[in-house]
Amino acid sequence: MIESKDVFEAFAPYRGDAIVITTGTAGRPWVDISDRPRRDVSLGGAMGQTTSAAFGLALGLPDEKVILFDAEGALLMNLGVLATIAGKKPQNFYHFLLDNECYATTGGQPVPNSSEIDYGRLAGSAGYASNYNFDDLEDFRISVGEILNEDGPVFVAVKVVPEIENLPMGMRERRPGRSRPQMIADLRDELGIAAD
Amino acid sequence: MAVEQAQILRPETLVNQFKENGVTHVLTIPDSETNYLYELMEQQDWLDIVPVAREGETFGIALGLNVAGKTPVCLIQNTGMLESGDSLRGMALDAGFPLVMIVGYRGWTRRGIISDSAARYTEPFLHAFGINYYLVEYDADGDRITTAFEEARATKRPVAILIGDEYHGWNR
Repeated sequence: MIESKDVFEAFAPYRGDAIVITTGTAGRPWVDISDRPRRDVSLGGAMGQTTSAAFGLALGLPDEKVILFDAEGALLMNLGVLATIAGKKPQNFYHFLLDNECYATTGGQPVPNSSEIDYGRLAGSAGYASNYNFDDLEDFRISVGEILNEDGPVFVAVKVVPEIENLPMGMRERRPGRSRPQMIADLRDELGIAAD
Repeated sequence: MAVEQAQILRPETLVNQFKENGVTHVLTIPDSETNYLYELMEQQDWLDIVPVAREGETFGIALGLNVAGKTPVCLIQNTGMLESGDSLRGMALDAGFPLVMIVGYRGWTRRGIISDSAARYTEPFLHAFGINYYLVEYDADGDRITTAFEEARATKRPVAILIGDEYHGWNR
């Protein structure tokens, strides 16, 4: 397993102008690493649907590279979306999965069949153009640049160390950050897209 | 009989309404009543059809497309809308963007007793979510779709169209 912060640090040099979407506890380190925050956007709101929203963004912006860092608990809630994405074949879509094998934010309970699911094969069988599984940081570091030069949709599953939270919700530290509407407004401004 | 036939909701009316309102993508699961509509939509080069695996996906995809400056429509059956509650809440209502959802009103009838629970729960579900809706039953009702688009744009909220012509117009 790899620290998710290390995954993001290995990815960052290859990000370029890509739009980056993160979700889940494993996605949190990205905010401190990203050098293009106006091209980072949160599309959460219903667990499992960030995947759909990121796909929608890729579909609507075919000239932009769209990179999602998904979470396995969320993906399992919306697994059919793999077929939906593969069916439309968005060449600009890169679907990373940070797999910590558990629901970290609720205390670390395992997701169903947590250690045996091969997410890469699932995506490949659904019809993604290519798929990968990583559990070694050096392998990931060597490969990630080339993977991002492939035509999508590409699926990259990475085993990451869970950062389990056990404190009651009211006692957890909340870091101030941009709201979803602000992130959407910043991204649209960056891309020259008019508001609704 | 001739009068009734002229009243039937035509799929061309739906597609024309989509075009007039700048729709770019239709996010949908085909159902047995919308086969001809699906075929007609596929023939439009200005329209991108996005088949999904479950109706809840449509609201997340719609959010992403809206951020990208596109105009999606969700075309689903009432059964799928009932399943989509959390997606509708978190991705559409909370995000606050204009969205028209076309919902097949399975089981609804103006005459007699509604025995299908999918139909019985459809309007209470929309009331619970505070989503306004318009019934489209006949071809002459087609303008209500433009009304729904105007209301969605003005309020930045989802507005539903309930298609109450389950057995006639779209599958011929």
